[in-house]
Amino acid sequence: MKRFERVLAVALPVAQPNFDTDQILPARYLQKPRANDFGAYLFRDLRFRSDGSEVPDFPLNQPAYRDARIVVAEANFACGSSREHAVWALGDHGFRAVIAPSFGDIFLSNALKNGLLPVVLPSDVVAPMLRALLAQPGSRVAVDLEAQTVTGPDRSVHAFAIDPFSKRCLLQGQDELDYTLDQLGHIEAFERRVAAGSA
Amino acid sequence: MFDRIWRSHQIVERDDGQALLYVDRHLVQDGSAPAFEMLRQRGLVPRAPERTFSTPDHYVPTDSRDLATVGDPEKRGMAQALIDDSARAGITCFGLGDRRQGIVHVVSPEQGLSWPGAVIACGDSHTSTHGALGALAFGIGATEVSHVLATQSLWQRKPKTMRIAVDGRLGSGVSAKDIVLAVIAKIGAAGAVGHVVEYAGSAIRDLSIEGRLTVCNMSIEAGARAGMIAPDDATFEYLAGRPYAPAGRDWDDALLRWRALPSDPAAGFDREVSLDAGAIEPMVTWGTSPEDALPITARVPDPAGASSPERRRAMERALAYMGLQPGTLLTDIPIDRVFIGSCTNGRIEDLRSAAASVAGRKVAPGVEAWVVPGSGLVKAQAEGEGLDRIFVEAGFQWRHPGCSMCLGTNGDVVGPGQRCASTSNRNFVGRQGPGARTHLLSPAMAAAAALAGRLTDVRQLASGTVRP
Repeated sequence: MKRFERVLAVALPVAQPNFDTDQILPARYLQKPRANDFGAYLFRDLRFRSDGSEVPDFPLNQPAYRDARIVVAEANFACGSSREHAVWALGDHGFRAVIAPSFGDIFLSNALKNGLLPVVLPSDVVAPMLRALLAQPGSRVAVDLEAQTVTGPDRSVHAFAIDPFSKRCLLQGQDELDYTLDQLGHIEAFERRVAAGSA
Repeated sequence: MFDRIWRSHQIVERDDGQALLYVDRHLVQDGSAPAFEMLRQRGLVPRAPERTFSTPDHYVPTDSRDLATVGDPEKRGMAQALIDDSARAGITCFGLGDRRQGIVHVVSPEQGLSWPGAVIACGDSHTSTHGALGALAFGIGATEVSHVLATQSLWQRKPKTMRIAVDGRLGSGVSAKDIVLAVIAKIGAAGAVGHVVEYAGSAIRDLSIEGRLTVCNMSIEAGARAGMIAPDDATFEYLAGRPYAPAGRDWDDALLRWRALPSDPAAGFDREVSLDAGAIEPMVTWGTSPEDALPITARVPDPAGASSPERRRAMERALAYMGLQPGTLLTDIPIDRVFIGSCTNGRIEDLRSAAASVAGRKVAPGVEAWVVPGSGLVKAQAEGEGLDRIFVEAGFQWRHPGCSMCLGTNGDVVGPGQRCASTSNRNFVGRQGPGARTHLLSPAMAAAAALAGRLTDVRQLASGTVRP
């Protein structure tokens, strides 16, 4: 997994609640092998017309936002389908962090396993941040995982919570599976207890 | 109940509060090729193939049973990969030639694989379905699927709990689908984020197991980690004698365990919500989130009356996509397509309910209406009951089982700008195909819409007062 320490980058505003994973990555690309650049399909039907030309109004197509590496979104970002491809699409396009008041539970879990940092901040912090990003396209936001802080376009600093294990995995670029495989003894013991009817 | 299942499956707990949960049942469908690939890259093999069951559903054709008819080699490859990966790992796979094939969330309960008290995982968000039998069941992503394949376990942060009580009697023409749409309309698409929902109350008790499966299926549309219903005699009757349900002495032992699962009536929940079943009407969505649901008697809402500027913008965006004007009667909205099926409403009772609406009438001119049974066994049973003839004679297409037009991964899509009355679970922008407009509703309401050529109150259809 890709390591995450800190990112200072242009932030892309997604000023819509309940922005579902079908919008992030439409279902018709789910059969593409992982070796594909899923960044090309990111926000596909919002970014591009059916003939492949860009939708000029879509923020990511505007010069000021093109180098965005952070998404700032409204509540329940990436709800819906469990497709990990939504995380791959954001990551392949270069996004490293998503800031929102809440996330779809499955997306949150998928993001943490792919080096994409989901940051939960209260809506009274996110709403003015979104307004600032829309008013000043190209504004930068900083996310520091070690310090667990977000610095907004107005230089205001906001602390965020993350569980220590996920933080360690992200900082070190370590996969959870390696850690679990070290626990196989516990899993085997549990299976023996189940087999003996005591679990 | 949730606490009991959680504690009995906890292998270890980390100092950050996350628990490693044992997964009793892992369901796998044909979106799982990336997870098997991750496993191969690490040189690992599935740890407990006997606890794992698979069936292709997302990429299978519904106009034939021949994978070769799937034109796109990558799509065909997804279904084939599942069959090959399963065979290699010793995982039981209900393949295309098998009458047990179908949508994984229809097949598993039908086969008696979803047990009360079990932890069930599947790489699909609608895994919440299986909670209807008293299981803790939730959807996971590809990396987690590979983690379950490799270790038969998952790290989970303990969610909060929410009880949604629905009391009273449902009116005629009102079904489980209407209950869950009313719940989502009330609490919102993010209303249960971070929570496991337990549905309770007399109206939930009175539902058949199939109705409960419909309710739990859409828990994810309210953001819930899982939805569940305490097992009762109806649950045990449903499971008894199914192919993979415990049998003989194992059944007696299981019953003892299962009867001890339901929550203490005094159990505390982090949040409580209640609904009056008698006040629920047949529901239909008008927008692009399942929370945009209203009684069929209502009108398309006006964004001017929204509770906040954010909500107003969301409503305006939804109405623009849906091509609807505020103030329009929902029953004045014409439709082009009808889809009856999916893991939400592809079971035999759903098809019976839709067929009862049809009752000798014809699909309206210009409407293309499909019925896609949830499994081969549902299809066979429906044919045994003559439901297929009712549908076909009315002008519906009677197709083979799969996820089909719910998300269109197999190519079954609604055209751009077309409006579809659909018994599926998501009305997201482009969900049924780029530019497709989806109205979610119950099977009886979908059938009524097919006959009238527009969204229709099934209660008027039943009383014969529907306009021609």
